[in-house]
This record gives sequence, structure tokens and C-alpha cells, in this order.
Amino acid sequence: MQEVKWRRLPLNSNYAVAYAVKDCDVDVIAAYPITPQTTVVEKLSEFIANGELDAEMIHVESEHSALSAAIGAAAVGARTFTATAAQGLELMHEMLHIASGLRLPIVMTIATRALSAPISIWCDYSDLMNTRDASWITLIASSAQEVYDSVIQAYRIAEDPRVLLPVMVAYDGFIMSHTYEPVYVAENPEVIREFVPRRKTWLTLDPDKPITLGPIANPDWYYEIKYQQVVAMEEAYKVIKEVDEEFGRRFGRSYGVIEKYRIEDADIVLLTYGGLFGTVREAIDAMRKRGINVGGLRLRLWRPFPAEEIIESVKGKKLVIVLDRAISYGARIAGPVALELMSTMYRMSEKPEVLSVVVGIGQRTVTEEDIAEITALGMKYLEEKRVPNQTIYWGVRA
Amino acid sequence: MQGKQLPKWNEIPPGGAILEPGNSVKRPTGDWRTFRPIIDKEKCVRCLLCWVYCPDAAIKIIDEPYRTASGKEWKFSVEVDYTFCKGCGICVEECPVKAIEFVEEVK
Repeated sequence: MQEVKWRRLPLNSNYAVAYAVKDCDVDVIAAYPITPQTTVVEKLSEFIANGELDAEMIHVESEHSALSAAIGAAAVGARTFTATAAQGLELMHEMLHIASGLRLPIVMTIATRALSAPISIWCDYSDLMNTRDASWITLIASSAQEVYDSVIQAYRIAEDPRVLLPVMVAYDGFIMSHTYEPVYVAENPEVIREFVPRRKTWLTLDPDKPITLGPIANPDWYYEIKYQQVVAMEEAYKVIKEVDEEFGRRFGRSYGVIEKYRIEDADIVLLTYGGLFGTVREAIDAMRKRGINVGGLRLRLWRPFPAEEIIESVKGKKLVIVLDRAISYGARIAGPVALELMSTMYRMSEKPEVLSVVVGIGQRTVTEEDIAEITALGMKYLEEKRVPNQTIYWGVRA
Repeated sequence: MQGKQLPKWNEIPPGGAILEPGNSVKRPTGDWRTFRPIIDKEKCVRCLLCWVYCPDAAIKIIDEPYRTASGKEWKFSVEVDYTFCKGCGICVEECPVKAIEFVEEVK
């Protein structure tokens, strides 16, 4: 087996995606430009133009068409890629369900962005959280390196015959999509291609062996076909962990389904996702110096939800503070991850208190001081035994 | 009750794909029909436009010579395959000599 040679490059997360897609030797790319995702596809166009990537770039007139084209290409057996954000992801929504329903291993990256109206081009996770039930495996990265590695892993996961579901890799719009970090990319992409070998694992359209994809399913059939997706998600959970471990053995980097930071002896755990975890880690270090027993948890895998790992990590803790960057309007617990955590914890005999906090909406800045103040508030609630059973909207002018 | 004879979730190809080509013959769509197209072999000029336009391949070309009342000899005939004809009426619309009658099924 050839050894990988790494090249250390200054890349933002968008470019990290483009390098990963190139190194996975993708066949078809269909995308429509939308801020803050645009430079992903611009970079890929460059790779195609200068001969570094032999792929078909389909210029489409909307995101609905972008995913439709990717679905068509995947249905004939191509390795496909698309990328979007915010309104683009919403416009794709119908096709999200068709991609997963047809069991096509498409990989898509999301530079997360707040939804209109009012118009915001800036980061939050309201676009991604709206796709929760579309049966896409959803990874959320927190560094450009993790973005590069996750896209590579995504093809292995999606194309695994036990899975055959599309995969989204999300990361903060602007905060990560446009921030340069040192990233190790393979100088010899053959080793990456060896990690994601070409295998025909899914049913494809072939004139020599005709089949029907996506027929109508009447009430006698539909339920069983959708149940296959339930099982595929359960299988995916194992495969995601396997692929990450193998990636770690092969390339020296792995991430798990959740990331733990100084939680072993912590009473209080801060749970969040995406780039915000960097700020949370810094805040934890600062608070630890002041004698506060606080640790951090990062959700890397959103769907399928890593329930066992989360339960194991919060067992014995006094308080979990969930920092959500999206709002489920009208829900008492309006942070999507807080809501998920609480339902996951329901059957635990001794469970920690949960404080749901919404932060960083429309890229409102979240500082280390904010994290420290939120933690202090949580501790005060805990001490007074009155952790509210509703979401705190941190920093809103009132 | 019917569910008992149908395959389990893991016996169905992924995503409900149908692996066998040409399977539409197993679905007799003729029972969808509310109007029945009837080709008048006398008026029909055998142009086969109905055969071209039919979206369900439900126009049959029959190897059956026909002699009209006026003495015109046709080497073949054209019929509707009522097992699959959904009664969409496209043939009725397209027939250039108005040789296809469209009759409500209840009659």
C-alpha cells in the first residue's frame, strides 16, 4: 500500500471541500452558486479547467435542478457532488427526499447560512436543521481539516452497500467557509482514491439491463420501502464509526461521532456543533483556570443521532447546556439539538438538568465571555434548582 | 389480509426498484377507463397515427385483411387493446378521418 504524502496548504473550508472532491475523483458535479458556498464550485471548476479533475460540470438554473441532475447522474452510476446553502437547500428540499428515497449515494456540502426573510447571508444552522427528516446522513465539521477528511469519509459511507444513503457535510458559513486554516491534503490523491474505491454497490440504470427506479408505491408497498431507510440509518451508524476508525488507522486522523473536551471530571457540559466548538474550548480552558468544573461535547454526527455516546457522556453530570444555532419556532425547547438530547435522555434513571440556549442566530457574534456568562447563568439556575423548561434566547435585545 | 402474501421490507429491492424490465404488462390499466375508443374499420385509412400517438402502446396492428363496403382492400386491421387502454382519448383526437368513436363505458 502506497504511503500518503501530505501537503500543508492554507485553505478555507470551501476549498477544503473542493480538494476532497477532487481527490475522491468525482464524476459529475451539478451546482448553482449561492453565498457562502459559491467558492466550492468555483475551485472545482478551476480543477476541471486545468485538468486536475476529470469530471462533468453541469451548470443548472436552480438548486432544485442541481440536485435533480446529481440524482440522474448517480442513478446511472456516477460518483456525484453538489453543494449549497440556505435558500438553495430549501429549494432542494423536495429532491432531498427523492435522493434518499432512491437510495443514491450523493455527497453534498452545506456552508450553513441563516434563512430569509429577513435576508441574511450570514451563518446559523436554520437551513441544515430544516433537513432533519430528509433521511440524509448529516455530519457537522468544526475545522477545515475535518471538512476535507469528512467529505472523503462521506463517499465511503454513502456508497457502502449496507447504507446507500446520501450524505451531507455541513460547516459554518463564512466563519469556516471563508476562514483560512492550515489543512493537510494528499499530494498523491491515488491513496485517497484507494480509500474510496470505485464499487458498483447501488442499483443503476443501464440500457443493457433495464430496471425501474422510483416507481409508484401504493399503500401496500410504500411503508416497507420507507422502513428500509430506517434500517439503513441504523446500519449507517455502525458504518460511519467503522469508516472513521479506518480513516484514522490509514491517515492518522479520526473524529468519532462526538468530540469530548475535558468532560471526564466535569459537572457541567457545554454541548454544541460546528465552528462554535473552538470558542467553547477556549472558554472551557479559561473557566477551568478559575476552578469551574466544565467540559465540552461536540456533536459531529447529527443524523443518525449518536444516542448511546451522548447518554454515556452526560451520565453523572449535573447540567448540560446546549448551545443551538437554530430555532424551532413554537417549540418550548426551541433548540433542535437540545430537543433531541432531552428526548434521548428521557429514559435515563438519573439524568442531568438540561439548559437550552439559542446563540449566534444570523451570525450574531458568540464570544468566550458569552460562553462563560451562559455557564454562570446555568450554574445559578442549577444551584437555585430552577433550570427553566424553556429555551433561553441569549443576547437578544430586550 | 392482502399484506400477508406481499414481500417483507427486506425482500423488496432497495428503494422499491423493479428489477424486471417490461413489467407494465403485469398491470392491466384498462380498468381505469371511463370512455372506450372504438375504431371503425370502414372509415380507418390505416395511417397508424393512433399507433404513433398512443402513450400506452395499446393500439394493435392485426394481421387480418379487410374489405370495405366500397370495395377497398386493406392488408391489415387496427384494433384497441382494451386490457391496457386507459381511455385517454388521444387517438380519438388525432385520428385524421374521425374513424374512432369514444363511447362511455357504462353504455
